[in-house]
Amino acid sequence: MKTVKRIAIEGNEAAALAFKQVNPDVVAAYPITPSTEVVQKFSEYVANGEVDTEFVPVESEHSAMSACIGAAAAGARVMTSTASQGLALMWEMLYIASALRLPIVMTVSNRALSAPINIHGDHSDAMGARDSGWIQIFSENVQEIYDNIFQAVKIAENPEVRLPVMVGYDGFITSHSEEIIEILDDEVVQSFIGKYKPAYSLLDVDNPISVGPLALTDSYFEFKVAQAYALENSLPIIKKVGKEYGDLTGRYYDVIEKYKMDGAEYVVVAMSSTVGTAREVVDALREKGLPVGLLKIRVFRPFPTEDIINALKDVKVVGILDRSMVPGSFGGPLYHEITSALYHFEKRPIAQPYVYGLGGRDITTQHIEKVFEELMEIAKKGKPNPLTYIGVRE
Amino acid sequence: MKDMLEIRWHARAGQGAKTASYLLAETAMEAGKYIQAFPEYGPERTGAPMKAYTRISDKPIRIHSQIYNPDVVVVLDKSLIGKVNILEGLPSEGIIIVNTTQTPKEVRAQLDISDRKIYTVDATGIALETIGRPIPNTPMLGALIKVVPIISLEDVLTQLKKKFEGRFKPEVIEGNLNAIKRAYEEVKEE
Repeated sequence: MKTVKRIAIEGNEAAALAFKQVNPDVVAAYPITPSTEVVQKFSEYVANGEVDTEFVPVESEHSAMSACIGAAAAGARVMTSTASQGLALMWEMLYIASALRLPIVMTVSNRALSAPINIHGDHSDAMGARDSGWIQIFSENVQEIYDNIFQAVKIAENPEVRLPVMVGYDGFITSHSEEIIEILDDEVVQSFIGKYKPAYSLLDVDNPISVGPLALTDSYFEFKVAQAYALENSLPIIKKVGKEYGDLTGRYYDVIEKYKMDGAEYVVVAMSSTVGTAREVVDALREKGLPVGLLKIRVFRPFPTEDIINALKDVKVVGILDRSMVPGSFGGPLYHEITSALYHFEKRPIAQPYVYGLGGRDITTQHIEKVFEELMEIAKKGKPNPLTYIGVRE
Repeated sequence: MKDMLEIRWHARAGQGAKTASYLLAETAMEAGKYIQAFPEYGPERTGAPMKAYTRISDKPIRIHSQIYNPDVVVVLDKSLIGKVNILEGLPSEGIIIVNTTQTPKEVRAQLDISDRKIYTVDATGIALETIGRPIPNTPMLGALIKVVPIISLEDVLTQLKKKFEGRFKPEVIEGNLNAIKRAYEEVKEE
C-alpha cells in the first residue's frame, strides 16, 4: 500500500510546493503581501535548480501578467501568484489572458483593496476580477490550496477549456497558517497533469498564427460570446477533474459542497476559510437538533447556477455571506448571483444578505451562530432584514 | 479540558514566538495530532509586541478564526505585562507561563489576580548561557511542555534538530537543545 506523506506547511509555501511539483515552463511574478512567500519560495527552488522553470522577475504585476501572456502564447505552461493591489494592477491584462484563451494558472492570496491600506484577507480583489473571464476557484484550507493548483493546471489546459484559472485563498488566514496536508509524489503530480500540448504556439513557424488581432463591429461580439460559452462549458470539466483527483487521492472536489444539507431548513452560504469555521457551528447546532446546513461555493466562475439552485430550492431561509462589498447596492456579489439564479423559481428560500470580514475582520463561531438565529427569526416573520454587516461597529 | 488545546504566545517581534508556535505544532503533528499555527500580523518591526497562536487537537481542525479563550498563555517578554493584556480571554483555570527571574508568586502579585495557574522560568538567562544569545523562544517551549505535557521532551528535541538542521550551525542547535532541556527542568510552579 502507498504511504501517505503528511507535512505541516503554511498556505503560501504549500502553493510554492505545488508550483515546484508542476514544474512549469515559465513563472513571471512580482511579490506582494500576503502572497510574497509563493514567489520567494519558488525563486529558491529555481536558484537551487530544483525546477526547470524560466523565472522572470519583473517590475510590476502588470508586467508579470504581460510576460505570462507572452510565454503562454508561445506555448509554455505558465504560472504566477499575486494579491490585492497586484491583481488590481493586472486588471487589463487579465481580460487579454482569458480572451486569448491562454491556460495560465495564478494563485491569489485574497486581500483587501486600498484605501485605507490593509494587508489582510477579504475577497475584494478576486471580485474585482470576476468578470475578467477567468475561472475562479476558492480554497477552504491549506490542503485545498495544494490540491486546487494541480486541478487548475489540468482544467486550464483541457483542450475544451483553454482558459486561465485563478486559485484563491484567504490572505493571512490561510496563506500564513500552518496546517497539516497530505502531499503527492512528483511523479504522481506529473502523471495527473500530463504533458502540456498547446493548441497553438507563436513559436511554431510552420503554422504561423496571429495573436490579439483587431476585431471590430463585425466580429468582436462573436469572439466574446464564444469565450463566454467556453467559460460556461468548463463547469462539467471542472467537475470531472475534481472526480479524477479524488480517485487519485481520496479527496474529491465538486464545484459546490453540501454540508449537512439533508433536511436543512436554514442554510449559510460561504466561500474560502469561513467554510471551516461554519462547519463547527453547523455540527454544534445539528447536535441540538436544529435543521441547519452549509453550502460551500468552491467555484465562483463559472457560476454553478444549477448546482446551487438544486441545493437551495427546498430551504426555508438562506444567509449568504459575502467577504466583499458592492457599494451602493443591496448585497455582495454572491448574494446577487444566487438570488438572481433563484428568481425564476416559484419555490425558493428567503435570502438574507450579509457582508463580513472586510480587511481581515475576524469571523467567529459566535457570529455564525447569530446568523443562524437571525435566519430562524426571518422564517417566522416571512421577510429578510436589510443587508447586515457582521461584526462591524456602526 | 476541551478537545482542542489553544495556546497564545506573547512576545516582541524578533524573539522567535512564531518559530516556537510552529515548532510546537510540528512536534505535535509528528506525535499524531492535528495542528494549526499562525502569527498575528501587523506593521512588523523588531521589538513591537506581537502574538502567535497554536491549536492542537485529536480531531481535524477546521476552524479559521483567531483564538479568544486560550488554555495557555506563554509570555516571552516580561516587559509586556502591563503593556498588553496578557490575561485577555484566559479562563480562571487557564495557565500563564512567563519568562522572568521572578517567582510565580511575584508575578501573581504584579498581575493582581487570585485565579489561574502561574509558572515562571528564566528563559532569557538560560538562552544566554546555552545559546549565547537572548532568544527565549526554545526554552519557553521546554517550559511549556513540562507544564502542559501534550508532547514529550524527546519528541521536541528530535523535531528541533530536524527543523534547525542545515539552517543553523551545529553549536547553535546544541545550544537550543540544552536550552529546552534546562527550561524543562527549571520551570517553577507556585
